[in-house]
Amino acid sequence: MSKNRSKKRNTADRKVDVTAMKASSRQAGIRKGSTAGIFIFLFILGTFMVLPVYLAVVMSLKPSQEWFIFPPKLYVMDPTLDNYRDMFRAAGKLWVPFSRYVFNSVFVTATITAAQCFSASMAAFILAKGKFKGNKFLNAVVVVSLLYQSNVIYIVQYIVVAKLGLIDSYLALILPNIATPMGVFLMRQSISQIPDSMIEAAKVDGAGMFNICWKIVMPNQKPALMTLIIFAFQAAWNMQGSTYIFNEAYKTLPAAVAQAAASGIARQGVAMAAAVFMMIPPVIVFMLAQKQVIETMAHSGIKE
Amino acid sequence: MLFSGERLMQKRNKTKVLRRSPDSGQAKECWLMLLPFLVFFTVFTVIPVLISLPIGFTDFDMINKPEFVGLSNYKTLFLSDKTFIHSIRVTIIFAIFTGPVSYVLCFLLAWLINELHPRLKTIFTLIFYAPSMANVYTIWQLIFSGDQYGYANSVLLDLGIITESKQWLTDSRYILAVVIIVQLWISLGAGFLALRAGFQNIDKSQYEAGAIEGIRNRWQELIYITIPAMGPQMMFAAVMQIVAAFTADIVGRNLVGFPSTDYAAHTIMTHAYDYGWVRYEMGYSSAICTVLFAVMYFANRIIRKVLAKYMD
Repeated sequence: MSKNRSKKRNTADRKVDVTAMKASSRQAGIRKGSTAGIFIFLFILGTFMVLPVYLAVVMSLKPSQEWFIFPPKLYVMDPTLDNYRDMFRAAGKLWVPFSRYVFNSVFVTATITAAQCFSASMAAFILAKGKFKGNKFLNAVVVVSLLYQSNVIYIVQYIVVAKLGLIDSYLALILPNIATPMGVFLMRQSISQIPDSMIEAAKVDGAGMFNICWKIVMPNQKPALMTLIIFAFQAAWNMQGSTYIFNEAYKTLPAAVAQAAASGIARQGVAMAAAVFMMIPPVIVFMLAQKQVIETMAHSGIKE
Repeated sequence: MLFSGERLMQKRNKTKVLRRSPDSGQAKECWLMLLPFLVFFTVFTVIPVLISLPIGFTDFDMINKPEFVGLSNYKTLFLSDKTFIHSIRVTIIFAIFTGPVSYVLCFLLAWLINELHPRLKTIFTLIFYAPSMANVYTIWQLIFSGDQYGYANSVLLDLGIITESKQWLTDSRYILAVVIIVQLWISLGAGFLALRAGFQNIDKSQYEAGAIEGIRNRWQELIYITIPAMGPQMMFAAVMQIVAAFTADIVGRNLVGFPSTDYAAHTIMTHAYDYGWVRYEMGYSSAICTVLFAVMYFANRIIRKVLAKYMD
């Protein structure tokens, strides 16, 4: 391809091409060298970062007699799933079947994630690109609500949920977690990078804001949307909701697992098993979402 | 492209009408699209925040109705609450170490990961984000355990750096450092992932254009192309790091207990927790949170100004 094209060009152009190519191949050499350096740096730092997580996995596989070996070992000599078995056994003895907690968690998490992505994407698009009175003010409110953290908020939230009659229902877990200022802020920042000209062009073509949002803007927002999915899933999955739910049948997995971990004999081992077990779904969602993020860049980017 | 020919014509006609009365129809559509978010945001966030703000001027024990006391909470806070003054110092030390350091770390790591092969990108992003998904305070307690079974003690004893086991979690000399380390460990969270996503969104042709214009190395690429294109994500990460650094509390309470020895890990947020959930003095607790909010708001303004300078 490039050969054919350069043939057609005049000599002056070709000269530029050659120098550019030389420069880029020299750059490529430097690049390869420093990429290896980056890898080594990240590898060393990454080892430290992942070490505690690795230790948690090791601990969860340790039989009780290995807990007090001195010096403490970084690996397990005789791995066992006893801790996990104990955890599930304890969880099975709770008031409702274990599968019920799993269903509650999956249902609540999926609903929150979907609802949050839908509402946050649309709101973020309007906050970033909508032209109407009060837009600036709303943007400020979102950031301020992110910065204002107070214990009293939880109390008022509880009163609101109670007044709405939502205590002991799925809605008590779902509704308060749909609109997070963080999710909207994340999406808004990302959508603001889309050039106005792109949106104006679509408007001239007759598209309404709704269609522009979902057909033009959102397909370009895969990285931000996938990031939002990770945040939303993780927050919803780890939510205990113990202030709103007293009926065992509506409790979620974290609440059940916490109870199970507290009741075992080999507590530390079971607690570790519970921590590792709860981490698995977020990690899977993370991997799937990140794969999407990284595939996006291979093909496109936002173009002016 | 998006619509069949006929509909396109209809829409064209509509836009003509809209142009005569600019943006009134669009404003309506905007509010409609905001609605799903706004309803839940108002009910579960805005209203609670608005109700919380004035509680700082009252005496409120969560049982009786709040009683207006004017500025008395704030007076006590700054004039006679020595623990509060101490907690400001702890929070500032904390914020200095975890705020800027973790912000730079978030950006640096997100950028370095971006230079790698796609498959390695996923793996390294997972490795650095994993702490944010893990709930492993128990592990950190084991690492910093005061006896020789603790990993930190055992390794340091082995290397001869220390001669006797240190009480990392109860000795007030080490507590703050230990909590800062763990806080840094989990600090590659939302900001880091947002920056990673931002890097993925940068138009690759900008780099090609940059190479022709004489950009030679990664450093120049970073300064002239990447950073200017990353403004919104950098702002998002900054806000997230401000919140994380100033409201640090849970890590400390989980790790070194509450209250920590000599209040060594007693941040402003811990102080608010103490008055709110331990002593049930919600008015006072709310006043503490309001002061903290003012500080964070101020920090946010400064960072916004600084970033704006570099963006354009």
